[in-house]
Amino acid sequence: MTAPRATPEPPAGHLDVLAAGPLATIQDLGRPGLAHLGITRSGAADRRSLALANRLVGNRPHAAGIEITYGGLVVRFARAALIALTGAPCPLHLTGRPVGMDAPIDVRAGALLRVGPPDRGLRTYLAVRGGVDVPAVLGSRSRDTLAGIGPAPLAAGVTLALGRESADPPVVDLAPQARYPLTPTLRVVPGPRDDWFTDDSLARLWACDYEVTARSDRVGVRLSGPALRRRITAELPSEGIVTGGIQVPADGQPLIFLADHPVTGGYPVAGVVVAEDIPLAAQCRPGERVRFQRYRP
Amino acid sequence: MRMLTCGADALLVEVATLDQVEWLYGRLCQDRPRGVVEVVPAARTVLVGLDRRRTDPARLRGEIASLLDSPAPPGTSGPPAAATRAPAPAPAPAPNVTVPVRYDGPDLAEVATLAGMTPAEVIQRHLRSPHRVAFCGFAPGFAYITGLDPALRLPRRATPRTRVPPGSVAIADEFTGVYPRSSPGGWHLIGRTDLVVFDLDRDPAALLTPGSAVSFVEADPARARR
Repeated sequence: MTAPRATPEPPAGHLDVLAAGPLATIQDLGRPGLAHLGITRSGAADRRSLALANRLVGNRPHAAGIEITYGGLVVRFARAALIALTGAPCPLHLTGRPVGMDAPIDVRAGALLRVGPPDRGLRTYLAVRGGVDVPAVLGSRSRDTLAGIGPAPLAAGVTLALGRESADPPVVDLAPQARYPLTPTLRVVPGPRDDWFTDDSLARLWACDYEVTARSDRVGVRLSGPALRRRITAELPSEGIVTGGIQVPADGQPLIFLADHPVTGGYPVAGVVVAEDIPLAAQCRPGERVRFQRYRP
Repeated sequence: MRMLTCGADALLVEVATLDQVEWLYGRLCQDRPRGVVEVVPAARTVLVGLDRRRTDPARLRGEIASLLDSPAPPGTSGPPAAATRAPAPAPAPAPNVTVPVRYDGPDLAEVATLAGMTPAEVIQRHLRSPHRVAFCGFAPGFAYITGLDPALRLPRRATPRTRVPPGSVAIADEFTGVYPRSSPGGWHLIGRTDLVVFDLDRDPAALLTPGSAVSFVEADPARARR
């Protein structure tokens, strides 16, 4: 008589990337606490949406998902899976059948998910129960696009392993999200270098709309609008930068730093977008406008 | 010293000298106030990231101010005065690093000319300087190593190179740097090391961390011929 065999755990499965769209990267909550080594935090540009997607499938907060930029992702699931998509609302088709955003979706083995271009916003997040299981680099599975650290951006033909680690079964069926405003207002705490700019320039920053340019990426939202003129023209010794910092380079056109910002910079930062509004900044797409509102925390 | 608002989740502490940056960074590492999640030294500033659930900027301002006023802990000295250029005390607990260098960089001769000395003297002065990592930035693992002999302080090259090979040992202003990987760069290349200063497959990935004392030594000529 043979000993009873331990039931092997079923394989966690994988997904095959058939198309990646303009840019799709693996992201989690990033690598906090390493900036003193020159390593930026990185992680999901819109962390709130990734967190929601993870919650909808019962993942732990640090589970890695896929950040999809302007849709275009097509993936096939090898095994049955539980998934959710959040962030910029896209038309979604699961083997031809339309499915919804912001809700858990049961996926059968072999199913094909197609993510169309978003109606609003820029970045959509795909979470799979168990998380995307690629090797962590310095404690994170995030792709830092500026430093080139972490898993390579997705490309057609890539297979991604899925993990097993999850929290409890999801309890939320649907988490409807407010529509992204066409011209979001971002709350900004002035400083640390607002005193380097003329009063007129600062007044324009608070009063005028700025257009999001096509040169925007995960490093920052690059804007075009009334130039900010300097009162202090001395060279600024490089200093630490935070996500949300509004840096003003020599041409006077501001940019809002996102997840992959350099850890230090030598241009003055006029103000910092509050953490709660960074998800909105991360969803701005080229051609849209933003407004800044002076804010005292 | 000035404490500048940097959003709702950080403070930017501005000081007068790099010595004061090193001192404050060291103190904040030894005696990290509650709720501090990140301390990022730079040329004249220390960025202090905070967790709003555990502290707030006003409270942290007070704690940093009292660090600066309090008697220095044993084995260290107080905050260096703005006027002095005395070396700061060994600030953060960081390992010492020895960097073997072949001093055959393409800019060595030019550096010698600009500094008014022979290339051999440039090498001797670089070997003898008391080097220490002040801060990191520019790229992962790129350290701004301070302590360069004043006679070797030069502005950056007028035209930066589009590609500096990894392992290049370079100087500019008051700093020495070791390029962790191929990148553009405007510093003067005086030599090259085989030491891999940043390697994601190694723990620790970064060898040169703020507070590390750095000894540049001449690489064994036999090994250098690889």
